[in-house]
Amino acid sequence: MRMKGNGSMSPVPLLEIRNLHVRLEDEPSVEILKGIDLKIMPGEVHSIMGPNGSGKSTLAQVLAGKEDYEIVEGQILFKGQDLSDLGPDERANSGIFLAFQYPVEIPGVSAMQFLKAAVNAKRAFEGQGELDAGALLRHFRAKALQINVPFEMLKRNVNEGFSGGEKKRFEIFQMAVLDSVLGILDESDSGLDIDALRIVSEGVNSMRDGTRSFLLITHYQRLLNYIVPDRVHVLIGGRIVKSGGKDLALELEEHGYAPFGVNESAVASA
Amino acid sequence: MTSVMDQPVGILTHEPAPAPAWVQAFRTRARDGLSGLPTVRDEAWRFTNIAPLVGTNFVTESASQRQVTPGDVAELRVPELDAAVLVFVDGQYNPGLSDTRNLGAGVVCTTMEAAFERHAQLVQAHLGAASAEHDDPFTRLNDAMLSAGVFLYVPDGVATARPIEILSIATRTAEPVAAHPRNLIVVGKGAGATVLEHYVALDHGVVYLNNAVTELIAGDGSRVEHYLLERESEQAFNISTLAIRQGAEAVVHSHTVLLGGAIVRNNVVPVLAGERGHCLINGLYVGHGDQHLDNAMRVRHAAAQCESRQYYKGIMNDRSRGVFTGRIIVDKGAQKTDAIQTNRNMLLSDEARVNARPQLEIFADDVRCTHGATTGRVDDEAVFYFMSRGLSEPVARAMLVYAFAAEGFDRMELVPVRRLLAQEMIDKLPMARGLSIEV
Repeated sequence: MRMKGNGSMSPVPLLEIRNLHVRLEDEPSVEILKGIDLKIMPGEVHSIMGPNGSGKSTLAQVLAGKEDYEIVEGQILFKGQDLSDLGPDERANSGIFLAFQYPVEIPGVSAMQFLKAAVNAKRAFEGQGELDAGALLRHFRAKALQINVPFEMLKRNVNEGFSGGEKKRFEIFQMAVLDSVLGILDESDSGLDIDALRIVSEGVNSMRDGTRSFLLITHYQRLLNYIVPDRVHVLIGGRIVKSGGKDLALELEEHGYAPFGVNESAVASA
Repeated sequence: MTSVMDQPVGILTHEPAPAPAWVQAFRTRARDGLSGLPTVRDEAWRFTNIAPLVGTNFVTESASQRQVTPGDVAELRVPELDAAVLVFVDGQYNPGLSDTRNLGAGVVCTTMEAAFERHAQLVQAHLGAASAEHDDPFTRLNDAMLSAGVFLYVPDGVATARPIEILSIATRTAEPVAAHPRNLIVVGKGAGATVLEHYVALDHGVVYLNNAVTELIAGDGSRVEHYLLERESEQAFNISTLAIRQGAEAVVHSHTVLLGGAIVRNNVVPVLAGERGHCLINGLYVGHGDQHLDNAMRVRHAAAQCESRQYYKGIMNDRSRGVFTGRIIVDKGAQKTDAIQTNRNMLLSDEARVNARPQLEIFADDVRCTHGATTGRVDDEAVFYFMSRGLSEPVARAMLVYAFAAEGFDRMELVPVRRLLAQEMIDKLPMARGLSIEV
């Protein structure tokens, strides 16, 4: 329950991660996340930066509810509620959106069909009836304008034959269509040229409204020139080793991860 | 393993209806050449054991426990399709339920029995011209029992004004009925036709056999689309053979969707007999429970510069089993042949199985023949992707199964057929209760 404006109670974080330890289900001897603590308030943009293999993508997938991971210890609270019993679909319908690093191509299902099903699944979750075709189309058109994606994209099959930039834009578009309150962007900047990066960033910025929050997961500082974060966290070896304001990203840009004892060329790819 | 090759086939002891002498002679020739039904020792039937079929005491006619009404027909035929319809109930033609009007100038669409009398020359000229290519006991059995079925003749340069649906309805009968539908489709030069063979059951859980042979003679430059919609009772046996002989520059599309039946064998046997012909062989087989769905393609390139495309996909759940045999034969003179064959399968359970075997026999030296077979499962990463957008796991999986099959439906020109079959396929998936698919 959010108690905004009540001086005696602090507002509830949108996302709170407490001492999160995670290992791979298939490889229980390897702990990937080793005690993460993170608090994101409504409206805030946080960035998690780290070298390859630091556990960044694992954190994103665990938040979205991927089954391949086991939470050994700790908690994830979304709007104050423990997420551990919720599947990926229930998390999505509660307002969590994961923008994939590698969006999956699905020949045979049109983007339109896919998004209609997703919107109506969320409405069913909220106890609302299905939107009729006309209302859905108006909704899609409005969001396409907002995120700057061509409406024709919806007639194509999900991600099939999309360029890298198109895939990432389509992810952000999906988040806008689903009206999610927490966007987790898993390396949405990777493989994008400057123009594509700018369009993706503008899409994200258009959704910043003081209540919606973002967690930007990235290797490089570049994205943060376009989407300016409130907080930056450095993730190395499954732990957050340093947190700070947006200037921390610039420090990392200048010195790399070497000051944290990371030799990038020696780290295996995640 | 029971061998039936050395014992008479029970079904053969039934005498078909009286017919003109030349029909009798055709039957007798076939019967004389038939020693018995195949076993798994026959290479062509290696993966399909028909012992349950052989062990059933079939009759050719048996009283139905109900009267099929026009309402039943409306319910069973392809919805929203403006087609002529010829209705067979338990193997017997029912003129009262049929409508063959308005097909175009000079088009003949009637029963085989009627054609024996009124179009004897046309029938005699073409009967067996395509099916002789198929050296198979069930086809010879159909020859021997030749009687019921549809004769369609489309004169040169004429296209049928609407599709023709041959609707075979099975009902609950006192004894199991064996029917041997025989259709002869003759499409003239530059002519066009769309024919649907549609097998349905009015009552569930009924045992019967449909051993159907359709001969399609596609003249030079003709365009023909053939559909096999197999929606039999899941206790039934269906052996269907589509034998095609196509002329120069003829374009023939064969679409098959197998959904029903206990043991099903689907033979598609085209001969590309004229240059620059094109043959598309598109199919989907969707099994659950203990269904056995066997597809045997035999594509013969007998003339140069022809294209053939075989695209078959299987979706198998529970303990069901799929078989795909794709044979391509390129005759010595058939240079510049361009033949492609793919067979892709999706297994939805640990017990489901598929046997796929490509067989190439190439006697020409300037050809392009490719084949490929794959068997996989629903992609977990794709399931996670869909779930991360709020779709439940069952819905995500059902949509991905549909996505796998979609290109097969997309090749079909008749949208009402796509809709009917795609929804029926979805309804067969246990995880997809109540999901509706837009096609």
